[in-house]
Amino acid sequence: MEEKKNIILSVKDLVVKFKVRDRVLTAIRNISLDFEEGKVVAIVGESGSGKSVFTKTFTGMLETNGEVTQGEIWFEGENLMTFKKDEEWMKIRGKKIATVFQDPMTSLNPVRTIGYQISEVIIKHQGKSKEEAKQEAIKLMERVGIYDAERRYDEYPFMYSGGMRQRIVIAIALACRPKILICDEPTTALDVTIQAQIIHLIKELSQEYGFTTIYITHDLGVVANVADVVAVMYAGQIIEYGTVEEVFYDPRHPYTWGLLSSLPQLGEKGHELFAIPGTPPSLFEEIKGDAFAPRSEYAMRIDFEEEPPIFKVSDTHYAKTWLLDPRAPKVEKPVTIQNLHEKMVAITAKGGIYGERE
Amino acid sequence: MANENKEVLLSVQHLEVSFYNNKKRFRAVKNACFDIYKGETFALVGESGSGKTTIGRSIIRLNPTSDGDILYKGKKINGKISKEEQRDLVRNIQMIFQDPAASLNERATIDYCISEGLYNFHLYKDEADREAKVDRALESVGLLPEHKSRYPHEFSGGQRQRVGIARAMIMEPEFIIADEPISALDVSIRAQVLNLMNKFKEERGLTYMFIAHDLSVVRYFSDRIAVIHKGRIVEIAPTDILFRFPLHPYTHSLLQAVPIPDPKVEKSKELVIYDESKRDLSGEKPVLQEIRPGHFVFANDREMKEYEAKLQEWEKAGK
Repeated sequence: MEEKKNIILSVKDLVVKFKVRDRVLTAIRNISLDFEEGKVVAIVGESGSGKSVFTKTFTGMLETNGEVTQGEIWFEGENLMTFKKDEEWMKIRGKKIATVFQDPMTSLNPVRTIGYQISEVIIKHQGKSKEEAKQEAIKLMERVGIYDAERRYDEYPFMYSGGMRQRIVIAIALACRPKILICDEPTTALDVTIQAQIIHLIKELSQEYGFTTIYITHDLGVVANVADVVAVMYAGQIIEYGTVEEVFYDPRHPYTWGLLSSLPQLGEKGHELFAIPGTPPSLFEEIKGDAFAPRSEYAMRIDFEEEPPIFKVSDTHYAKTWLLDPRAPKVEKPVTIQNLHEKMVAITAKGGIYGERE
Repeated sequence: MANENKEVLLSVQHLEVSFYNNKKRFRAVKNACFDIYKGETFALVGESGSGKTTIGRSIIRLNPTSDGDILYKGKKINGKISKEEQRDLVRNIQMIFQDPAASLNERATIDYCISEGLYNFHLYKDEADREAKVDRALESVGLLPEHKSRYPHEFSGGQRQRVGIARAMIMEPEFIIADEPISALDVSIRAQVLNLMNKFKEERGLTYMFIAHDLSVVRYFSDRIAVIHKGRIVEIAPTDILFRFPLHPYTHSLLQAVPIPDPKVEKSKELVIYDESKRDLSGEKPVLQEIRPGHFVFANDREMKEYEAKLQEWEKAGK
């Protein structure tokens, strides 16, 4: 691997397995990934690709039937995978690595006031008195955009709208000043206009508080907005990794090509939208070769026989496909996604979407 | 748009839907007016709670209306209608729901799920005919006849939505209300389902009402768009016109909020927040007015003048 500055979290050869009704499902298949401090890393993939499971291992929050069978996760000089007891995790979970989940209603306690839930965290992790915690909580609420925070401090979650609830969840996550904030589809349950505001808020806060953000999403539009670095996941592996520009403008893996090609923005009226055929493989069975091969029109014989290694495209860009092997035939990415930027500019400038005329 | 010579299939006029909570009235839909032409895809776009689903549900009579008319082929279909009319309606207007897992009976086989409508309306000659119909429906959505004996939980989300589409299509409807049919699906599966819906539209001359919040999909999929905000339709226009000339500030902020999958474009974008309280709402009460043929906007006379000026400026700029 090339030199990288300030790696905050380093995952090495991670394997996660789940026991489901006497069968074993391999959710994460040998992932190694370094997270650079201060960067926003977006993890993209479909449901079932393992993106949530992957980040849950950082805080020891796997479901009870799940188990890390192999690999190391290094954070602040410690291998988190050696943790046995919950007390050990408590030093990390919530305190150093916090998570914002998709559905704010399920992550808040419905029978406690909003204020209680925020100050609880401050009292516990920062050891402040009740009164100090309240002041701090109100400040945080104001910071995440709750108007009239003092009054709303004593309200219950159901009295808040979805977007406001998510702001509270973010406030709680930030209450202990984490080093890493994992955002697991934080805006999927929200409306687009609210989504835009929450994304904006997380970005602002990450600069202000200086935390590293790991952003899990399946929405490539959101990725384009938030990410510095993108990791594309498929069937429990990272199949492409690079800066956001590299992944959007110079993608190398056929799955990334497929994802980009099926963007509805690129669809022309009256023409069929590109669709990736088939469905992702079952992770109960052992996967031979490239997991995406059965759905890929670029698959070669070797894709069905041997798993591709990770090829280096540039210092920041890696892809796991045999197409990058020097012996492979030269394949251009699909026409649909060539000149992606020019196409998107043409699409958006045509619309009054960006309000450049104002 | 030469909408005049198109046949109006469904006409919604001054529709009001109210819900009551302890005698407190909540107007979920306020004075909605629009026409849907035969063979087009009409999209209703708005945020959650805007009343878009309520409009869809009141068309198929799941929500009672409190005022206004819904005309299907010129015949009133809301309020009291005869049993036969109701039966006709149920057959001709089908719905595709958002969550295919929730809308299929999990204790019934796919065979039954799809034939339920046939049973209810006796739309088959004999058992062999019914089976043939189910087979054909399954095939048309890209599933296999051998899937018939399976249960909904044995399918993936995309496959389940195909079953949802198959059970709507088997009734040979004229009009389909698709309520967020792809929101619950994965990105790589969405395109498959959209293509399927487009295929049916072309083959059978269907008319769709497409209820959605994702404007990027709507843009690809629909011919005309109505934007709804807090129960009120604020703008209706043909798709490309709406994207090129969004007049109402809410439409504008909605379009702006859609993330564009292009880092350079997306990272330089500014956030526009629609805040009604900060708008100048002086003057008389706004109504939905036609500013250009086929382009309606919710405005009063003062706002109309502003929009007119804006439009002329844009048109001059050649956008």
